[in-house]
Amino acid sequence: MSADARAATPPAAATPPVTGPRTWPLWEVFVRGKRGLSHVHVGSLHAPDATMALRNARDVYTRRQEGVSIWVVAARDITASSPEERDSFFDPAADKVYRHPTFYDVPEDVEYL
Amino acid sequence: MGGPTVATNLLAAQYIQGLADDALVYAQRLGEWVSRAPQIEEDMALANIGLDLLGQARALLTRVGELDGSGRSEDDLAYLRDEREFRNVHLLEQEVAGFGFEMARLLWFASYQWELYAGLRTSVDEVVAGVAAKALKEVTYHRDHATQWVLRLGDGTAESHERMQQALVDVEPYVTELFDDDPASVAAAESGVGVLPSSLEDAVRARVSAVVEEATVALPESARWRSRGGRDGVHSRPMGYLLAEMQHIARSNPGAQW
Repeated sequence: MSADARAATPPAAATPPVTGPRTWPLWEVFVRGKRGLSHVHVGSLHAPDATMALRNARDVYTRRQEGVSIWVVAARDITASSPEERDSFFDPAADKVYRHPTFYDVPEDVEYL
Repeated sequence: MGGPTVATNLLAAQYIQGLADDALVYAQRLGEWVSRAPQIEEDMALANIGLDLLGQARALLTRVGELDGSGRSEDDLAYLRDEREFRNVHLLEQEVAGFGFEMARLLWFASYQWELYAGLRTSVDEVVAGVAAKALKEVTYHRDHATQWVLRLGDGTAESHERMQQALVDVEPYVTELFDDDPASVAAAESGVGVLPSSLEDAVRARVSAVVEEATVALPESARWRSRGGRDGVHSRPMGYLLAEMQHIARSNPGAQW
């Protein structure tokens, strides 16, 4: 019943194809929270252009007062490291403890360290 | 005595009920877009706008119940009134008829609500003034959302341009009713509770005209037929179906809590 009933009452003009050339591009969303110091990646969304992406981000990611500032970046403009490069990119840092600032004596009254 | 006060309060309640029913009925219509908008992001946007309107309706309906002396709650007023007791304009009860139509309707209604709430911030009724001050920020966004879409659809592809133009034609017969001065709004304007609807018309039309022009479409000539009577409780065919959907659970399960 349900399939037939739904087919009988299509929502007028509200069902463009969700794949193919009419799909909107993907945008990555960064939100700065009230007390945060920098924008943090919160997710992604689709939008036809940057202006609409910003508005969609407002609707999707800041409904509950999560932020005071939003950045959107076209996902295609992001150059990312690839999983195959993981070994050569990141593993060499594993055994270099001298890169960590753990060999200092920190005076007790220094804050924010 | 207290006679004049009661009468004044009743008129104020009628006026505020018009504002509340506009918001309530359009919230119900916008809710229909969830899962049906062009993209899930637009589902969210229209649902958010609907929920903003629902919030306005709740506060205003509660005020109506206080002023009219009936002691009815917001739920009583939303769920237990019949069609003839609703005072919303016809524009908002019309069935969902495509995304272009929705953006045309939202542009007109949000532009109207913006001017309305800007004026109501100085209402002598503290609840109305409070709702207006808060809602003005919400409506600024609604108007912007509709503006962005009308610009993109109007100045988009040949097909979207044609559909946006047709949507403006389809909405036109329902626009003028927004600016009709019914007796309750005349009284509300005189007492300082409300603003005269006709006083908003020039600013609203100027705003919509500017958007429409930038979107390379055109406002149609005045329609030969135009809607009337919403503020008197006389509604069009879709209203009964809308109320049935909105009210049937509350009416089938009286007093239910969830």
